Amino acid sequence: MGVTLETRGLCKSFGALTVADHIDFRLEAGVRHALIGPNGAGKTTFVNMLTGRIAPSSGQVLLGGEDVTRLSQAARVRRGLGRTFQINTLFRGMSVLDNVALGVAEHRGVAGRPWWPASAYADVRREAMALLATFGLEEDAQPRVVDLPYGKQRLVEIAVALGLEPKVLLLDEPASGVPSLESERILLALERLPRDIAILIIEHDMDLVFRFAQRITVLVQGEVLCEGTPAEIAADPRVRQVYLGERRG
Amino acid sequence: MAPGRALRGTGVKSPVGYAADARLRWTEGLPWLAAVAAFFLLPDHLSFGARVLTYILFALSLDLILGYAGILTLGHSAFFGVGAYAAGILAAKLGLTDPVLLLAVAAGAAGVLGIATGAVILRTRGLAQLMLTLAIAAVCFEIANKATPLTGGADGLSGVRITPIFGLFRFDLFGRTAYLWCLLLLFGVWWLVRRLICSPFGATLTGIRENPDRMHAIGAPVYRRLVMVYTLSAMIAGVAGALLTQTNQFVGLNVLGFEPSGELMVMLILGGVGRLYGAFVGPLIYLTAQDVLAKQFPEYWYLGIGLMLVLVVLFARGGLLGIADGLVARVRRRAWA
Repeated sequence: MGVTLETRGLCKSFGALTVADHIDFRLEAGVRHALIGPNGAGKTTFVNMLTGRIAPSSGQVLLGGEDVTRLSQAARVRRGLGRTFQINTLFRGMSVLDNVALGVAEHRGVAGRPWWPASAYADVRREAMALLATFGLEEDAQPRVVDLPYGKQRLVEIAVALGLEPKVLLLDEPASGVPSLESERILLALERLPRDIAILIIEHDMDLVFRFAQRITVLVQGEVLCEGTPAEIAADPRVRQVYLGERRG
Repeated sequence: MAPGRALRGTGVKSPVGYAADARLRWTEGLPWLAAVAAFFLLPDHLSFGARVLTYILFALSLDLILGYAGILTLGHSAFFGVGAYAAGILAAKLGLTDPVLLLAVAAGAAGVLGIATGAVILRTRGLAQLMLTLAIAAVCFEIANKATPLTGGADGLSGVRITPIFGLFRFDLFGRTAYLWCLLLLFGVWWLVRRLICSPFGATLTGIRENPDRMHAIGAPVYRRLVMVYTLSAMIAGVAGALLTQTNQFVGLNVLGFEPSGELMVMLILGGVGRLYGAFVGPLIYLTAQDVLAKQFPEYWYLGIGLMLVLVVLFARGGLLGIADGLVARVRRRAWA
């Protein structure tokens, strides 16, 4: 299996505070990979460096073997890197359909066209509707996204990212702030995502992580503590100590 | 409240977006009917009417960036002034008096300033952006003030002569030609702007206003699109400035600086930001109120304008069009109930 996303010695410091310390990470094609760690471990900072939202202090980010460390967020998206945010980052005042259609139009290269009405791009609308239907949101296409329940908004986040047809999808706590019933719905949606997309999920919900992930990386204080299969991680005493709070001896 | 946010929840459908109906509605013909009716019914006020139409054009340019793209500016008069002075200097100093040529040069000059300043200010957001736009307007004002041989300085630039439009229509004392010329240009620009905001490009502008971070995350070249729309808006403002020069045949320093920028912002807020037609209603109400109040209360007319603005900000965040939309929505709800 080829490596889709890789980091080499990725570091980030804010003054004296080091939030990422020489992180070497590999995400293989088509694999469901989870990144876990206690609060403040630097998970979101790591994802922000992967997407280009934050520039690393040193190190490299490689996407499909290409060094993208100095590329903008938009350029990385065009190379197949999609993401969702920890806190909903949608176009709150726009319709659910438009939220997804904007991404689809951008991916198809029609978003900058200034002449014909957006509504004339029926293919964009159709694809956006199909994505919404994947998540059972076709009935919710017209209302403003802000008027949807929070759980559905999380699904819209994923639909927007999928509209970009990513090779790598970074899901930053997709079930955070969602009641357990809706969390189950999100998990089912995640399990149905196309298998050719490599997925890196950051999540605090361990049930979701252990059901979903094929590999897990544990991050503690900006450093990779260990990496392995869910069974290996569950059995690792270091993880129990620093992450699950179990005492040694 | 983000600029343009007032549009939502009022019951009036926006033509922006992939699910929107971008076809013209009959209500959109009303401003043009009113403008044509005014030409015949108010022949003694056509010069004033030309001024209103010019400011509508200017307000439309501001609405494009503030209402749709969410760019904060208090320096939009820089482009208006550059357009006005470009047309004035060419006509008064170089003898280039063709009105179409003057409009093209004014649009070009304002566009160059727009792309140059936009490249800097659009890297910032919020207060920093606001202060930079203000600084640019102040710098343009000072340049016009000091370059007396070219601009006439504080005395203004007189001696502007304009040849007949297309060699046929001479600017007359009663403002008939000026009014129709302004109306024709406004119609053309409105049509272009409407097409733009209904297009995918317009939808991305709305997306940028709503959430620039998300636009980055879906791979949109946010900065480039902002520079593009800012430059286009500057060109429209430049055309409006040149129109003012052509209809007044004079350019004064009052086209530049903070005051005209602030006034324009007030006009747009009065009408309704991010509504397209707010740019029509605001200048009409503002300039009419100014005209009437200044005659009745020469010393205190600003009080009336200020009071109107306070009432709109307190009770009608969507401007006067917001009130109208709210009433229409209420009537529709009752009709359906």
